[in-house]
Amino acid sequence: MTIATPSESLQPSGWAKYFSFSLDHKVIGLQYLVCGFIFYLIGGILAGAIRIELTSPISDFLTRNVYNQVLTLHGTIMIFLWIVPVVNGAFGNYLIPFYVGARDMAFPRLNAVAFWLIPPAGLMLITSYFITGAAESGWTAYPPLSITTPAAGQLIWIVSVLLLGGSSIFGGINFIATILKLRRPGLKLMQLPMYCWAMLGTSILVVLSTPVLAGTLILLSFDIVAHTGFFNPALGGNVVVYQHLFWFYSHPAVYIMVLPAFGLVSEILPVHSRKPLFGYTTMVYSIMAIVVLGLLVWAHHMFTSGTPPWMRLFFTIATSFIAVPTGIKFFNWVATLWGGRISINSAILFSCGFIVNFVLGGITGVALAQVPFDIHVHDTYFVVAHFHYIVYGGSVFVIFSSIYHWYPKFTGRMLNEDLGRFHFLITFIGFNLCFAPQHWLGLNGMPRRVAEYDPQFEFVNQLSSVGALLMALSTLPFLWNIFQSFFIGRIAGDNPWHALTPEWLTTSPPPVENWKGPAPLVTAPYGYGAVTNTEAIKSTEIKNDLEENN
Amino acid sequence: MPITSAIIIFALTLILVLGGLWVGQNVDLLPLSASENAPVYDELFKVLFSIGTILFVGMVGLVIYSLIKFRTKPGQSGDGIPLEGNLSLEILWTAVPAVVVLFVGLYSYDIYDRMGGMQSLSHEGHHSQELINEKRIWGGISSGSVESSSQESITSLPIEVTAMQFAFLFHYPEGDIISGELHVPVGKPISLTMESKDVIHAFWVPEFRLKQDVIPGQPTILNFTPTKPGRYPIICAELCGPYHGGMRSTVVVEELEGYKAWFKSNAKTELIES
Amino acid sequence: MTTTTSLEQTSQEQNEQHEAHGDYRLFGLGAFLIADGMTFAGFFAAYLTFKAVNPLLPDSIYELELPLPTLNTILLLVSSATFHKAGQALRRDEASLCQRWLIITASLGLAFLASQMVEYFTLPFGLTDNLYASTFYALTGFHGLHVTLGAIMILIVWWQVRSPNGRITSQNQFPLEAAELYWHFVDGIWVVLFVILYLL
Ligand code: HEA
Ligand code: HEA
Ligand code: CUA
Ligand SMILES: [Cu+2]
Repeated sequence: MTIATPSESLQPSGWAKYFSFSLDHKVIGLQYLVCGFIFYLIGGILAGAIRIELTSPISDFLTRNVYNQVLTLHGTIMIFLWIVPVVNGAFGNYLIPFYVGARDMAFPRLNAVAFWLIPPAGLMLITSYFITGAAESGWTAYPPLSITTPAAGQLIWIVSVLLLGGSSIFGGINFIATILKLRRPGLKLMQLPMYCWAMLGTSILVVLSTPVLAGTLILLSFDIVAHTGFFNPALGGNVVVYQHLFWFYSHPAVYIMVLPAFGLVSEILPVHSRKPLFGYTTMVYSIMAIVVLGLLVWAHHMFTSGTPPWMRLFFTIATSFIAVPTGIKFFNWVATLWGGRISINSAILFSCGFIVNFVLGGITGVALAQVPFDIHVHDTYFVVAHFHYIVYGGSVFVIFSSIYHWYPKFTGRMLNEDLGRFHFLITFIGFNLCFAPQHWLGLNGMPRRVAEYDPQFEFVNQLSSVGALLMALSTLPFLWNIFQSFFIGRIAGDNPWHALTPEWLTTSPPPVENWKGPAPLVTAPYGYGAVTNTEAIKSTEIKNDLEENN
Repeated sequence: MPITSAIIIFALTLILVLGGLWVGQNVDLLPLSASENAPVYDELFKVLFSIGTILFVGMVGLVIYSLIKFRTKPGQSGDGIPLEGNLSLEILWTAVPAVVVLFVGLYSYDIYDRMGGMQSLSHEGHHSQELINEKRIWGGISSGSVESSSQESITSLPIEVTAMQFAFLFHYPEGDIISGELHVPVGKPISLTMESKDVIHAFWVPEFRLKQDVIPGQPTILNFTPTKPGRYPIICAELCGPYHGGMRSTVVVEELEGYKAWFKSNAKTELIES
Repeated sequence: MTTTTSLEQTSQEQNEQHEAHGDYRLFGLGAFLIADGMTFAGFFAAYLTFKAVNPLLPDSIYELELPLPTLNTILLLVSSATFHKAGQALRRDEASLCQRWLIITASLGLAFLASQMVEYFTLPFGLTDNLYASTFYALTGFHGLHVTLGAIMILIVWWQVRSPNGRITSQNQFPLEAAELYWHFVDGIWVVLFVILYLL
């Protein structure tokens, strides 16, 4: 009847455990994080190649086919191997068991399987570039292009995306079960830290939408291998059906990339501004509203695909309304900062940078949702600017913020704050320099996914490339910080931020089953400022105090 | 709330809104507008830009203000105020965005309607009517003429567009002209019926603010009325293979005489050849 | 003093809660089946859209024969009932009765697969003939794959109930319950498939 728990099975210890089939959720979380970061560097190098190519209007640095392969790999790696595994897998695995007061995830073995699907899938995708040539039809793989380009690369792309999708589904099931079933007795749903709600919503999206992508890609692979005609008009198929099915997954996928980030920000802001999270209940409802709406707006990616007018209108209105629940979250965060005692550290800087960038990306998103507006800028650099503002300015900023926030918990040592603020400054400048000009490019006639463009766009593209260079450089102080602090960083202690969420109420790094004693019952994870809690924070080793609340 | 801070907040909001409106009216980020629906588009753009500026500057202002005002000053300790929520505030910031997006949605519906997007796609006098009947037509922008009251603009000029890797071909049924460049007379409604031979392409003229995918197996329609003579790029805007970036053509908008001359010279040669 | 006892109690409670994982596995399987159902939903949506917007050429419209698929539907529905019986028997600790029902269920499943094969070989169209044919085979084939997996699972369960120190007993029903849930799911999908593919 029992399922192996980390203590039961003999697990390797020390460094080796991070390279093993470990069942400990914390090890798996860090495996996701480090693995994802490596893929981020690879995706970033590909982005560098794109930006180098685009410094001149002619196709010179990369040949045209290679350019398309590079941009396909860049998009696929960044989405499926960096953002999705890290905001879900890494932080989800590390934090959720703490937050629900459990010693591990509901299905530790499935959890390890889900992680170990990722490295082979990623390696396969990348080696395909060197062996057969990678897929070259963009991360969207629209047929008939994806059927007519070289088959080997496209098939490898399909298989690795299927593996990554499977990993994501397994992870999602695990999170749902852990949050709903493994909660410590006495802990109510509405007392959970916000990240749990974000992960619950995300996992629902994963379970409902990822399988549709899987099914679609299976049909696509039939078209390539068995010459069926699902999406091949030459054989009577319909290419627009593919787009509907693809976006039925890939629009929710954007919330799979950003909802967990919303959750992480909701954990970070209260700690560093010493205030309760503003509007907990409305936050929960707005997450669920985003989940529902998120499933109903996919066709806004297809406004020029020849969809009928009524469909365009429906999707315009539905998409615009996502701004309402999202807006609630943003106003609540600002209200959380308001009247606080904010420490201006790297974590809060990256979180606030996220708010600024995401609001801009969200506003351009709402503009794109308007059919008449989108008809001009669809498939141009305006769209590229929109989503980088959201995925980079949003999710990646939050990941950095989270690393600054939880590094002491992961390793027991503090990061260097000066280096961190420097990292923020360069990243923020580089990011805006890179992507803000792209709005103008799109409006004025530069389509996306091109290796050559009109000479009149040369200067602005070079500006953007300089921004990308700054972003690449800004990675260096960060990496150095992570590396040196691991050895010489100040000892963090158990709870350097005096936070109230349960992961801080244990040692740093935490022991194998999370707490030496019983799991604490934390019913007020955001109880900053309340008298009892202030006292509680004063004694950091408050495990026993908290037990009295039982 | 003390009366002075209420006044300050009100004044700041007013400045923000007026400033946003001013910026929106005065930005110049778009290329030349050369079709009848382009000015309509630009109007929408200005409104969206105003709203966007107000929201963005407002949010950024709040964040920066909080970071400065509420940062921990040396010697301070303890927590912030234990404020967990405020129902009326939360209702306010649910309602305001809801009203804003509702307004934006309805307004862009109106714009879309004025651009002709809501008109039914069947239209009389179209040469390839049979083609349309036999295959399902897949949308696109319908009538491009905003004021179709003038006699001349009622009948539109039908042109068939074929896209293939990596070129556009334009076929004029009337003179049986096949051309690599699109020639159109200024002020005349044009009706493009487009179909692709291989993969998906897209027909985009930034100066017209119009784009429509060209799809294999499913004809699409794009109607517009050019208003300014000139040569504008036609850009393929859908990844269609290695030379996607080079898949370009030109639309030449001429005065009627110029167009007629071009038409005659080409139709003639076509006729002689065939 | 009181605090320590309460501490010990909670830790015991915790350990119990931690080790009694059985129920969650069924919950997890349920979540997985929802995901799996979405794959089918995607296929159904594709099929219905194709049918609605891609009018077929005259020579590619077929009248599907109904008798065989109707028989298949009955086979699967009956097998759901027999599986249920097997579960009941296990709960009453009647292992041999359980085995008998399991074998019947598995045979019904295999009979379904056999008659599906017969249908495949008698159909007037092949996988790549046209869009309709491709979707037909994709849908039934994907479902058939599920039935095959299910049948294998049933046989494994049967084997484990049978073996003398068998791992599946009334104390450890999970494998049987999981297989049963899965089997009901596969049957349910078939009913939808039957309606959409053959009756509409
Ligand atoms: C994490 C990823 C992410 C997120 C969260 C979003 C969020 C949104 N996206 Fe974006 N999007 C992408 C990633 C993302 N997007 C990607 C990758 C693509 C391109 C895919 C491709 O083709 O390759 C894309 C493309 C894309 C398109 C298609 C463009 C095209 O190809 O022509 C559209 C159109 O509607 C769109 C809209 C939106 C909207 C309305 C939101 C909303 O959720 C935003 C809501 C947020 C706010 C509005 C800001 C905060 C709110 C307030 C401050 C309240 C007040 C605001 C108002 C009243 C407006 N996105
Ligand atoms: C999801 C996350 C994500 C992230 C984080 C990024 C990050 C970046 N992206 Fe990406 N991008 C996408 C998702 C993402 N992108 C997607 C989905 C597409 C669409 C693909 C498609 O059309 O199919 C796309 C497309 C895309 C394009 C458009 C290509 C085209 O249409 O032709 C461009 C062009 O500028 C671009 C640039 C960048 C840059 C400069 C970064 C930078 O932020 C990266 C900065 C990071 C680094 C540079 C890493 C640091 C590395 C080192 C320190 C090592 C040394 C490296 C160097 C010296 C270069 N991206
Ligand atoms: Cu044709 Cu891109
Ligand atoms: Cu979307």
